Amino acid sequence: MLAFVAVAEDVEEKPSVAVTLLRSPFESLGTGFVETFTEIGETSMLFFQSVVWMFRPPYRIGLFLTQCEFIGVGSLFIVLLTGLFTGLVFALQSSFAFAKFSAESLVGATVVISLCRELAPVLTGLMVTGRAGSAIATELGTMRVSEQIDALSTMAVSPVQYLVVPRVLAMTIVMPMLTMLFNAVGFVGAYVVSVFQTGINEGTFMGRIHQLVTFSDLAGGLFKSAIFGFAIALIACHKGMNASGGSRGVGLAATRTVVAGSVTILVLDYVLTSMLLVVWD
Amino acid sequence: MEPPSIIKTEDVHKSFGKNHVLRGISLDFPVGTTTVILGGSGSGKSVLMKHLIGLLAPDEGRVIVDGEDIAKLEGEELTRLRAKFGMVFQWAALFDSMNVLENVAFPLREHRKDLAEDEIRALVAEKLALFGLEGIEEKYPADLSGGMRKRVGLARAIVMDPKIVLYDEPTTGLDPITTDYVDEMIKRAKDQLSVTSVVISHDIASTFNIADRIAFLYAGEIVAYGSPEDVKAADHEFVQQFLGTWFRKN
Repeated sequence: MLAFVAVAEDVEEKPSVAVTLLRSPFESLGTGFVETFTEIGETSMLFFQSVVWMFRPPYRIGLFLTQCEFIGVGSLFIVLLTGLFTGLVFALQSSFAFAKFSAESLVGATVVISLCRELAPVLTGLMVTGRAGSAIATELGTMRVSEQIDALSTMAVSPVQYLVVPRVLAMTIVMPMLTMLFNAVGFVGAYVVSVFQTGINEGTFMGRIHQLVTFSDLAGGLFKSAIFGFAIALIACHKGMNASGGSRGVGLAATRTVVAGSVTILVLDYVLTSMLLVVWD
Repeated sequence: MEPPSIIKTEDVHKSFGKNHVLRGISLDFPVGTTTVILGGSGSGKSVLMKHLIGLLAPDEGRVIVDGEDIAKLEGEELTRLRAKFGMVFQWAALFDSMNVLENVAFPLREHRKDLAEDEIRALVAEKLALFGLEGIEEKYPADLSGGMRKRVGLARAIVMDPKIVLYDEPTTGLDPITTDYVDEMIKRAKDQLSVTSVVISHDIASTFNIADRIAFLYAGEIVAYGSPEDVKAADHEFVQQFLGTWFRKN
């Protein structure tokens, strides 16, 4: 009987071309939805597993520090470069625009508030996603397809605790540090352009910053960057640990990490900014 | 009298999407015996092995290890059960970022906190020497040949003296002398340490050299099972075709 059922399944009638054509857009849409929600569900599961394993010994301090070095020191150059040029260009554009209604004195404060609240956390997040997020996905993806993650499991070591937790923790802690450095070099860039290039008085530039920029601007941005760091690491680890299909699968995991990570940062930025505006106001 | 089973699969089914890979596998793995799961490429051998150690959970059926349903265990309980296993992967699955010493010492450093560093080093050297691998502790997997990597994988699998060792195609990619050596190691582990071995293979010569029992897997089903002589005499067409490719020449 079972054999008969199996054979019946194998020879299922193929639908006609018209039915296939009518069905395919709905199928694609449905598949897309299912895949997206599956991804969100799996990443959420990984989130809960990471939180649970974070508080269970053994605490892998060595692995955590290695990841801090890899993510932090490794991303330093690109983050500093982006920060410097963001400060330079933003100050230049602001000076030009504010000059039209004689409000050049506000350039410093405008640039610093924008950097602290939005530009530094978001651009640092995007840079770190491209550099460290893709590298994490590639490394874990390679470990997955070469069965190194299975080997960890068979040796009774949780891959979540050994691989995911150190990366998630390191990214969450290092991201605010990188964001702070982005703020610092961005400020230096804005100062150089405003004071030495467009000729804004140094006292006015600094005075307005003291007057208008508050600690909550800086703290809110750093808080956002920590959340971004957690999200990027989680996405990269999930994509890497679920890679399949050899080197092509590893490449896809890295690409998808950059796309999903960037989109997540932008969406999270809107959500977090909406919440933080209550504090900032 | 038949020794008791340390692993037992009961009507195990597994599908990946529409691909029904395992179709009702029921097998016993008695203590201290070597069972070879023989079959062609894509027959479901590796999927079956991953069920035995709980890397995959069956869609239907159960895998009982030492009296416990491994798919139902989590956390500490799963860790405790997995500590009874050693596994040799097809391509060794050594950690790229670690040298040979760190790779082989990994299970000891994770689970034997009572051992001092010099004791760990001595144990690693001893296991490596078993496979003719002296003085390579500081080398990285990328510096080793495929055969050497495989032997390091074997050393890592037995460093904790497990009760059960799973071998995923242990002789694939090895030269004939090393293949004989690995076969001898599997036999020695069974005779001297009473290790239960489960070997996945499509190497017929090696299979008939080491197996106490052979389970022939074809299209997700066991089509022949028993002693090497029983399987050799099985009347399944594919089994005869498969075994004939070797026995006709030897």
